[in-house]
Amino acid sequence: MIVADRKPFNEIINMIAPYGRILLIGCNECVTVCAVGGTKEVALLASQIRLKRQGDGVPVEVDEKTLERQCDPEYAQALAPVIADYDAVLSIACGCGVQFIAETYPEKTVLPGVNTRFMGVTEQHGVWSERCQGCGDCVLDRTCGICPVARCAKSIMNGPCGGSHGGLCELKNETPCAWHLIIERLKARGELDRYLDIEKPKDWSASRDAGPRKRVREDIKI
Amino acid sequence: MTATGNLERVLRGGHFAVTAECGPPRGADPESVRKKGNCLKDVVDAVNVTDNQTAVVRMSSLAACVVLKEMGFDTVLQMTVRDRNRIALQSDILGASALGIKNVLCLSGDHQSFGDHRGAKNVYDIDSIQLIDTVRGMRDEGKFLSGEEIKGRPDLFIGCVENPFADPFDIRALRLAKKVKAGAQFVQTQCVFNVEKFVQWMEMVRDLGLHEKAFILAGVTPMKSPAMARYMKGSVPGMDVPDDLIERMSAVSKEKYREEGISICVETIERLRAIKGVAGIHIMAIEWEQAVPEIVSKAGLGTRP
Repeated sequence: MIVADRKPFNEIINMIAPYGRILLIGCNECVTVCAVGGTKEVALLASQIRLKRQGDGVPVEVDEKTLERQCDPEYAQALAPVIADYDAVLSIACGCGVQFIAETYPEKTVLPGVNTRFMGVTEQHGVWSERCQGCGDCVLDRTCGICPVARCAKSIMNGPCGGSHGGLCELKNETPCAWHLIIERLKARGELDRYLDIEKPKDWSASRDAGPRKRVREDIKI
Repeated sequence: MTATGNLERVLRGGHFAVTAECGPPRGADPESVRKKGNCLKDVVDAVNVTDNQTAVVRMSSLAACVVLKEMGFDTVLQMTVRDRNRIALQSDILGASALGIKNVLCLSGDHQSFGDHRGAKNVYDIDSIQLIDTVRGMRDEGKFLSGEEIKGRPDLFIGCVENPFADPFDIRALRLAKKVKAGAQFVQTQCVFNVEKFVQWMEMVRDLGLHEKAFILAGVTPMKSPAMARYMKGSVPGMDVPDDLIERMSAVSKEKYREEGISICVETIERLRAIKGVAGIHIMAIEWEQAVPEIVSKAGLGTRP
């Protein structure tokens, strides 16, 4: 899923300062699962904004709505009947959702209420961590199911670097060294001889480096 | 093929090699490079020039190498894969060879979060092992990574680094094997303070026969003070400084810190020289290049071949 963090409250307040009527929209997908942009968070942020603006002597009207998905035309279009009533839209979906609402309603100011962070997993309740960078050319078959692109700070394809210590990355003490994990798994499977295979330079043209990506399935297009 | 560089000549001649590190300045003045060079004249077989070490902006390694080359040094161009993609790296390899640089040392580089430009985008298009393979392919096959032919092959003696003290310890010799397989001809190791652990690593290296395929230069660093020793132990990634060395540094009076640091370094070199398969030493006297002549002379290595 896509994991996001809410922007600092003051940043949001500064962003919406010029507006008197705001539509605050959440999304029922990833940002709901990572507890940053679902119905609950929409309600909480709306109250915080109203209270703050009331206290500052510049009251604001904030209406709340949570879409099934902000990144899908079917749901994004649901805002059409009401969007004209607002000065601005504040979206607490990921960057895809914010952009898709903005391109569906190009005349409207659409503002981001979260910082989109990464594609990751729920390690435990309240803990999410990165697993994939969408490089477009998966190597997990050769790395025991552990991604060095996303999980090594240097995306080293023939690791670990000289900073791996006690199973942890040299950067942050709590981050596991991806290559330490890979080697442990190779050993456990009795496949350490595979460690000597040199991984050739990666073709990053499948990644973001070749420009924005698009996928078209002619067979299912309507 | 053009004439062999001095480092390669010394190593192939079976002599115990001595190299030293020179950190370029945080400015454009070539005089500070020459000043460091003057300390090393006739003392070492080649000088390594670091590449924006600890991710702090410094004069480019290639430029400082050229300054030192003009003074008569054989230089080792350190190249990290942190800041340049495969296009820039290959371009600099051609440029280095054109300027008469004879040695290249391929490494990952310290992550930018350790330096003073923490908001920088890192590159890591290829890794250090892939860089070794790239230089080898350019030199031996006359081909760029793209497969296109090179007109005028670069001629470089290819080096790598290895940290015998990083984890997982048991793959650290295997990792060197990968580098040698990729084309590394010499290796300069992380600073050795824990000689016992280095001995264990060398056993694994010899078991794999790597000492016969590549020249192994053990890294040493003289400590200036107990504070430096503690800092290296606690804050420098991949450094293994045993407590007894810190205690030894702390036991002497402040005026004797540097003398003690040099003594420890000289003793370490003597122990390293006795290890089968160690072909030389690499002295990394961090911002203390003046100490190198004394260390080399006290270690009995003052007469260079």
